[in-house]
Amino acid sequence: MLSFTRRKVLCADFIASAKNVTFLSKTVLGKAFERTPMAASASTRKFSTSHKEMTVRDALNSALDEEMAADPKVFLMGEEVGEYQGAYKISKGLLDKYGPERVIDTPITEAGFTGIGVGAAYYGLRPIIEFMTFNFSMQAIDHIINSAAKSNYMSAGQISVPIVFRGPNGAAAGVAAQHSQCYAAWYGSCPGLKVLSPYSSEDARGLLKSAIRDPDPVIFLENEILYGESFPVSAEVLDSSFSIPIGKAKIEREGKDVSITAFSKMVGFSLQAAEILAKDGISAEVINLRSIRPLDRAMINASVRKTNRLVTVEEGFPQHGVGAEICASVIEESFEYLDAPVERIAGADVPMPYAPNLERLAVPQVEDIVRAAKRACYRVVPNSAAA
Amino acid sequence: MLLGRSFEDMCAQMYYRGKMFGFVHLYNGQEAVSTGFIRLLTDRDTVVSTYRDHVHALSKGVPARAVMAELFGKTTGCCRGQGGSMHMFSREHNLIGGFAFIGEGIPVATGAAFSSKYRREVLKESCDDVTVAFFGDGTCNNGQFFECLNMAALWKLPIVFVVENNLWAIGMSHFRATSDPEIWKKGPPFGIPGVHVDGMDVLKVREVAKEAIARARRGDGPTLVECDTYRFRGHSLADPDELRNPDEKAHYSSRDPIAALKNYILEHSLVPESKLKAIEKNIEELVEEAVEFADSSPAPPRSQLLENVFADPKGFGIGSDGKYRCEDPGFTQGTAQV
Repeated sequence: MLSFTRRKVLCADFIASAKNVTFLSKTVLGKAFERTPMAASASTRKFSTSHKEMTVRDALNSALDEEMAADPKVFLMGEEVGEYQGAYKISKGLLDKYGPERVIDTPITEAGFTGIGVGAAYYGLRPIIEFMTFNFSMQAIDHIINSAAKSNYMSAGQISVPIVFRGPNGAAAGVAAQHSQCYAAWYGSCPGLKVLSPYSSEDARGLLKSAIRDPDPVIFLENEILYGESFPVSAEVLDSSFSIPIGKAKIEREGKDVSITAFSKMVGFSLQAAEILAKDGISAEVINLRSIRPLDRAMINASVRKTNRLVTVEEGFPQHGVGAEICASVIEESFEYLDAPVERIAGADVPMPYAPNLERLAVPQVEDIVRAAKRACYRVVPNSAAA
Repeated sequence: MLLGRSFEDMCAQMYYRGKMFGFVHLYNGQEAVSTGFIRLLTDRDTVVSTYRDHVHALSKGVPARAVMAELFGKTTGCCRGQGGSMHMFSREHNLIGGFAFIGEGIPVATGAAFSSKYRREVLKESCDDVTVAFFGDGTCNNGQFFECLNMAALWKLPIVFVVENNLWAIGMSHFRATSDPEIWKKGPPFGIPGVHVDGMDVLKVREVAKEAIARARRGDGPTLVECDTYRFRGHSLADPDELRNPDEKAHYSSRDPIAALKNYILEHSLVPESKLKAIEKNIEELVEEAVEFADSSPAPPRSQLLENVFADPKGFGIGSDGKYRCEDPGFTQGTAQV
């Protein structure tokens, strides 16, 4: 049991360096695992790598650009991706560069153009199908699941489907019930699909490149609010051959007391929550899932075995959500290591309301994560230093 | 056509003997459409079908023994027993389904046609492959059908949309379900020529097919062909087929495409009757041989359960030892835990 006073000293340094999150390059992470004090390695790293800032939007745009340049079979199809430069400007400039045969504006026909993308993928082309939001993917879900995800299996390996379905997922701001659903859990339950959800610009670039190069159908869940956010990126990230492996989560912040799993926007909230918790002497480990399917159960379980407590955070509906799967996985594999019941933080079990105050209540906020983590820490019979 | 008919009849027999199971949809009576179109295609052209796909597979060149083994669920089937009656796929013969949802094959076929055009125009390969999509009358009320008529015409894709109008969608009569039952008329509003043909006469179907396929190959865009045909059996082998009028069935039975072609051949003395009998005998033997082959083939091994979910098996993720699960030697032993 660490005494809280000693921990506070370490945490102060940690917070100072955590402001410039430089845990991006793999070497830093490697160093962290070698158990050098986080503060020291982070502060030396800060000065030795150059930091460019990049928004998630630019990261996605550059990834699309580079992959389209590298392989002429890659093409982008969706509503407003061409002349409008993308409904959220993700595909800005691509029409001018690659022409209307490779950046294709479609009529409003999700089922139709998704099926067309699947048919093209059967024949070895590499379509990127953009949904204006993943809510619209429900019009095409038959093709995503039945003709894309299941085809390699039904044809016994004869037909693979190297397609990427991408678009913003989850709640935006004030767009109400039909535009705010999170689809991670639904697609994450389907065999034959790979489901990715990036957080930072590095994630966005690396995962999108991996998705485009992947021979299987990939669901790429972005977040509209994150599009405008800037993150520091290293030179390695900016290289055109950069990619992040599918199926591996990332520890955004190391900790000892409680593991917090999150994906997409909730990673940012969890990091903020971790800072607040640190002031209270709780060292939270924040895991950025990156990959919903396949889930990096190994890393999640390893983290829980270290901290003995788990909080899962997601924006989507609670029942049958991503948190439910993580909770089950941890109970199956690391039951004896748990010191407290798993805390699940999810969106409210209601369709998204419109009024801004109600919307705030329907989506997890930083305070909710903090409270859950504290509950997880103090739930054990009090003979711990509950100072 | 004869192969198709014999094959389907054998399927019915096998089903009632318990060797075939699940949903089996037979094509008896509609053979003229399949033969009329598919026998004009090259190996590289694509066929997309529905759940009533056995004969489309046979016409496209998939060996009868492979189809029969697939129906029996054996590992020697064209999809190693993983697809089944409704999901026939053959990369080699460019038969890309086999879709159970009606209307699902139409956008996929449009995509295959799109890829043909893309290869020609963007990748600069010499490609004039044509896609033929088969579907039924019920599908023509489905949204995806119209979405694809629009996009195929908009982008002038090399595709032929073939409607096998057999007047019945399970028990729903075409006239009860459709505001304007003339399906061929639905092409022109999208700028696609609509053609109406007697689907019980293989020679007439072939004439129309020649034109439509040539049109697509030239790059002039899609065609919508409505073939009036009929299925002699029920929707599937589980369908009691009570709603259809026996008079209607008798009327179409008398117009059996195989009998009609046989009469035509004999009337015009194109081929001596003995040769026809020899063909019939050959087909019988072929189908019997297919059944024997399927019967004697092994069922899929347990390890096949987890194979082919992904082209890149790393998609199964990372095991508890931190390595990719698919590299674990026990991986394909088939437990539900994965």
